[in-house]
Amino acid sequence: MTKSTAPWARPQKSSETAPRNKPLLIRKGHVIDPRNHVDAVRDVLIQGRHIERVARDIKAPPNAEILDAAHLIVTPGLIDIHVHLREPGQEEKETIATGTAAAAMGGFAAVACMPNTVPPLDNVSQIQFVTMKAESEGYVRVYPVGAISKGQLGKELTEFGAMVRAGCVAISDDGVPVANAKMFRRALEYARTFGLTVIDHCEEPDLAAGGVMNEGRLAAVLGLKGIPRQAEYIMVARDIALCELTGGALHLAHMSTKESVALIRQAKKRGLPVTAETAPHYFTLTEEAVADYNTLAKMNPPLRTAEDRAAVLEGLSDGTIDVIASDHAPHTAAQKSREFDFAPFGIIGLETTLPLVLTELVQKKVLSLSNAIKALTDSPARALNLPGGHLAPGAPADVTLIDLKAKHTAGTFASKSQNSPFIGRTFQGRAAATLVDGDVVMSEGRLLRKPPLMNG
Amino acid sequence: MKLKHKDLLGLAHLAPEEIDFMLHTAVPFKKLFTRSIKKVPPLRGKTVAMLFYEPSTRTRTSFELAAARLSADVLSLAVSSSSVQKGETLMDTARNLEAMKIDFIVLRHSVSGAPELLARGVRAHVVNAGDGNHEHPTQGLLDLFTIREKKKKIQGLQVAIIGDILHSRVARSNIWGLTKLGARVRLCGPATLIPAEMKTAFGNNVDVTYNMKDALDGADVAYVLRLQLERQQENLFPSLREYHDFYGLDAKKLSWAKKDCLVMHPGPMNRGVEIDSSVADGPQSVILDQVTNGIAVRMAVLYLLAGSSEGAPPRAARNITGSESSSGRTG
Repeated sequence: MTKSTAPWARPQKSSETAPRNKPLLIRKGHVIDPRNHVDAVRDVLIQGRHIERVARDIKAPPNAEILDAAHLIVTPGLIDIHVHLREPGQEEKETIATGTAAAAMGGFAAVACMPNTVPPLDNVSQIQFVTMKAESEGYVRVYPVGAISKGQLGKELTEFGAMVRAGCVAISDDGVPVANAKMFRRALEYARTFGLTVIDHCEEPDLAAGGVMNEGRLAAVLGLKGIPRQAEYIMVARDIALCELTGGALHLAHMSTKESVALIRQAKKRGLPVTAETAPHYFTLTEEAVADYNTLAKMNPPLRTAEDRAAVLEGLSDGTIDVIASDHAPHTAAQKSREFDFAPFGIIGLETTLPLVLTELVQKKVLSLSNAIKALTDSPARALNLPGGHLAPGAPADVTLIDLKAKHTAGTFASKSQNSPFIGRTFQGRAAATLVDGDVVMSEGRLLRKPPLMNG
Repeated sequence: MKLKHKDLLGLAHLAPEEIDFMLHTAVPFKKLFTRSIKKVPPLRGKTVAMLFYEPSTRTRTSFELAAARLSADVLSLAVSSSSVQKGETLMDTARNLEAMKIDFIVLRHSVSGAPELLARGVRAHVVNAGDGNHEHPTQGLLDLFTIREKKKKIQGLQVAIIGDILHSRVARSNIWGLTKLGARVRLCGPATLIPAEMKTAFGNNVDVTYNMKDALDGADVAYVLRLQLERQQENLFPSLREYHDFYGLDAKKLSWAKKDCLVMHPGPMNRGVEIDSSVADGPQSVILDQVTNGIAVRMAVLYLLAGSSEGAPPRAARNITGSESSSGRTG
């Protein structure tokens, strides 16, 4: 398929004025909807902003728009629950507009954005700022994650209830995790009041302090200060213990070590309300990627060893790790071209996550296509109790179309920042189109601005 | 023979023959020092910039003398250590130097890997004069030169390196150089100052011991590292007294080594802490030979790099420039 002939590639202008109430029929795609056990060629009918039904050979209603999805995979809109949009405060790295553009390009219909902005998302007005900005400028759905503590200082709880009313979907002190065990216990307990999941970035701050890469042989040779794997899994163990104590829902972000995977596997066996996530770089790369002081492979948690990578793959394959999220962390070229110690942690990932999942997991038979889609739709939706992630009648009309055959090489990104270690890497498979609320927001690598939401 | 490398960033990536070649080249340069006129012309018209982001007297003076004795023009840039993070970025400074048509940049920097970053971005030859805890290749070379001068060989020697291995770029360059040339290295110090991985990270010719007697028993060389006194505040050892008691090299401990064991130190020394005056100034000490040899070795390095891949384009800069802003611990 070529760009020019894509049947749904409406010119931008007409999309802006297109009537929203026109039914849309996605025809003859291979529908994969893990929650509803669909894995077959089906038609998907969208009415307004909702899925009307998924069935074989649906007769097109009069005046329906038709998308021919033959030879494409049709899935619930992908959801990335770990994204740094950097707005407010660090707009030189990313904005809600550019970050959601990157999401749409990568096939994501929704993102949950982390609260470590400047200032952090720790009160109602900050949450409102994000949701309003996302409604007016965003290409995809944005679910703000509120901070656990005021100023992310780990001292006083934020107003979870008020933030939930304003649109916050989960809480986390991502980037500056809560060191104090009692404080984290209170967060897990109080979050239960509102059915909120607590997301933790597991890092024992004193052990990790000053570290810039995985502690081990390579760090010893390079003369770089290591972050021991224990800094992660000590906190995984602590969090699981506190989850057991409180019964609060816990989501463990970006898991990178084999011990963490083992601890989570055990916790799940005991029936604790724990979900876990990893990012594509942890199942694709190892610490060797920083061997020439490549700051584009500097991230936190750091890339680990081949053994850890294997354990992460196994955790994905047996379902210990539920969710794949990008941990999209944009930084400017100037910041990333500094000395290794001075360059900030993090890489962008919204536009490489699906290609890496398809290339590294599906093609290499770590996950079935259906389970890979599950880790990008159903599981993240369940982890944070989000509305999408499936295609049952009445579900939001968020849909992703995937071309499994498309070969492409990562070059430049829609994200405002370009800090990716995957530049130059060749992938097979990518998003062909992203639909949010029944509107095509991306088609064949072109962004189509969605009309502003009418009623939120 | 010509060097294949544009830069000297470390000994880790050099072949044993290349190290050997550099040591060999330094021999005639050392002979110059006994003449009344110590200057030769090979780098006439070339400019060597000394870019030091950390205070250093010995290394800097040694490089300056080496360059001067090769007839190069020397430009010394004193960059205060506080400006490493806040001031102009390393790459901007380097590009400015390059715009002034500098041929060599000798870089001393507190961050491991800074010379690699620099070398990727500039055409000039980059010489690492010590980066963070990573490498100090010319120190490694001058130590090898000194050992070979005294022992006539490196192969088969037992070398004890004593002290703060964790934070020592001198130790890393020496480990690479010594093991590549066939010596066996014993690392000795308190366990807090020796990463557990050191034994395996550098190949099979490294041993780790926390006991000085084991380290020095039968040793041909006792290489004492400088102890950064502020490490005590990081709880890496409880007191200087205890450190000196267990790891300070004195006459008694030295007696455990071979009778002709060389005593070496990269300087500057903390007398009475990691080394006692009785051995530092004793007959087995070659510490001042190290200083003399440093100039000859650095002359050889500059000379060989000048003839290596002159005018070669820089390896593609991986990162793109842009305006500077603060880098927080985010993401």
